[in-house]
Amino acid sequence: MSTVAKFQIEYVQHLDPDGKPVGPLPTFAQDGKRLVDLYQRMSFLRVFDAKAVALQRTGKLGTYASCLGHEAAHVGIGAAMLPEDVFCPMYREYGVQFYRGVKPRDVLMYWGGDERGSDFDGPKHDLPWCVPIATQCLHAAGAALAFKLRKEPRVAVSVVGDGGSSKTDFYGAINSAGAYALPYVGVIVNNQWAISVPRSAQTGALTLAQKGIAGGIDCIQADGNDIIAVIAVMQAAIDKARAGKGGTVVELVTYRLSDHTTADDARRYREEDEVKSAWLLEPLLRLRRYLEAQKLWSEKQESDWKARCGEQVDAEVNAYLETKPQPVEAMFDFLFAELPHDLVEQRAQAIGWENR
Amino acid sequence: MPQVTLIEAVTQALAYEIRHDPSVIVLGEDVGVNGGVFRATAGLHALFGSDRILDTPLDETTIAGLAVGMAFQGMRPVAEAQFDGFIYPMIDHIACHATRMRNRTRGRVTCPMVLRAPWGGGIRAPEHHSEAPEAMFAHLPGLRVVIPSSPARAYGLLLAAIRDPDPVIFFEPKRIYRQYKEEVPDDGEALPLDVCFVIRDGSDITLVTWGAHVKETLEAADKLAAEGISAEVVDVATIKPLDFDTIHESVKKTGRCVIVHEAARTCGVGAEIAAQLAEKAMFDLVAPVGRVTGYDVPIPLFRLEMKYLPSTEKIVAAARNAMRYR
Repeated sequence: MSTVAKFQIEYVQHLDPDGKPVGPLPTFAQDGKRLVDLYQRMSFLRVFDAKAVALQRTGKLGTYASCLGHEAAHVGIGAAMLPEDVFCPMYREYGVQFYRGVKPRDVLMYWGGDERGSDFDGPKHDLPWCVPIATQCLHAAGAALAFKLRKEPRVAVSVVGDGGSSKTDFYGAINSAGAYALPYVGVIVNNQWAISVPRSAQTGALTLAQKGIAGGIDCIQADGNDIIAVIAVMQAAIDKARAGKGGTVVELVTYRLSDHTTADDARRYREEDEVKSAWLLEPLLRLRRYLEAQKLWSEKQESDWKARCGEQVDAEVNAYLETKPQPVEAMFDFLFAELPHDLVEQRAQAIGWENR
Repeated sequence: MPQVTLIEAVTQALAYEIRHDPSVIVLGEDVGVNGGVFRATAGLHALFGSDRILDTPLDETTIAGLAVGMAFQGMRPVAEAQFDGFIYPMIDHIACHATRMRNRTRGRVTCPMVLRAPWGGGIRAPEHHSEAPEAMFAHLPGLRVVIPSSPARAYGLLLAAIRDPDPVIFFEPKRIYRQYKEEVPDDGEALPLDVCFVIRDGSDITLVTWGAHVKETLEAADKLAAEGISAEVVDVATIKPLDFDTIHESVKKTGRCVIVHEAARTCGVGAEIAAQLAEKAMFDLVAPVGRVTGYDVPIPLFRLEMKYLPSTEKIVAAARNAMRYR
């Protein structure tokens, strides 16, 4: 018997949960202003997220998928991408999207039941939120295939959860990325829970990153609560893809501190102690501790910034709440480039009911 | 002027559009060097190379998802499902994304793709190679469903499908892929989508059909003519959106209608046509609408499949029945 293949999965962490560097930091992380900016973005995201949940609880928003605990993963992905790259989200990656120019009001419009949220600010080639799990991975691979065929130095990035990595679409995407050497980065934000099903029940694989082996592409795992580690692995994967050297599966290990969505109650299926332990590892705290140790951030700056975030979020909420609903015919007017003859009568009926 | 079969007309249309539009990409299983299991892409790989004619990994979900992703980024992918019976894993991407993205994003992201598949029974194939799933697709908002029935219509409608800014399912009746040749100028002239074609004029009864059963329906019209019954034959061609006006105009003249399709009867496209006749043409009809269709069973393996499919004899019988009403 002989060995025909061997593999290992590397794990990257730069800041430990106490905010202490575990070794020399990458060059980008030696720029204090950049780290403060990243912290502020994560902090803004958390303020926005809490507000969105509150809006749902008070009947001013539909079901909402919180990103609590995912701030480092999401902001870090956004920080590593260029505007011309294509982002294919699932449905809670607001941190990536805000980085790319999507506005909080767009997110609120979407979860507030208005399609115009998906005609968002930010790159017009980015895909909107994708509810059918992992289908966006193949769309990203398709986009990457288009870039490769057109010889454009662009990269497509998709995000799935740990549950999403069980889907055939995820496998199809990494398999295509290997077969065609695509500029594709398939990120798995492993938050340990697919609604009520734990990571351990998704697969027998030791890591989710190693699924990339099956597609013949590189794979790496990082501490998804450490934004420096997230940016380091994402930047390396994206640079490699842009240079025509193929795709990567990136597993970011984090924890879903919230319910799955506002329609879920996680107390039904997971222990309070587990959640309490996870709060000790959360991403904002560790970067703040590091920044404070470096005298880059203070209690005063924290309270000033929180207040500013509150004002900005309130302005976005007001913009959302003040937006009038679309006219009834909007449900017909964007289905095709031109309204087909068979919809003319139905459209007129809908308007007729409106005008009674 | 070249004489081509239906499948050669498909190849001709693909080659024309690949040559004239750099965003058109053909992808699927065995479409490359092999030229497709039915030879629909024969010679294209040699002409246009691997950047335009892409063999894919053997996964229908992948083919559909890649095509959707490429279309979102401004390409015009023409994806092939190798057989109608293998199209089911692709439906997720068609139903959830291709058909909805323009609407979902209020026009920001669009999906100008074509999904081609050999379609229908009658070629003595194994299981899953003889399906007629057009009604499943016709039920999806945001999608065009097209089935040509002649070489000229295959050429003109496929060009129109590829040029359409929205997704189109293009089902090719494999039973008549090589049934006969006709003159099809390779001039890049598309035929209109969203219209039915009246392919035989008549005054006593309207026979409505599509795909391979145009053949049996025209034969039935000949038989009926010998009995003094004048049948008009309508080839629906674009299943969705349905050009009901053309069918209605014919029924106003004839007062009778028989719908012929090889797919199973219940909730088939014939049911939609019959419903619209009931809604809009009740007082033009002198006879109940008839349907000659497959039964509500999976199409049998080939020892029995011809007993499942509509035959000339069954169509003639349905027409004679309609003629009993005056």
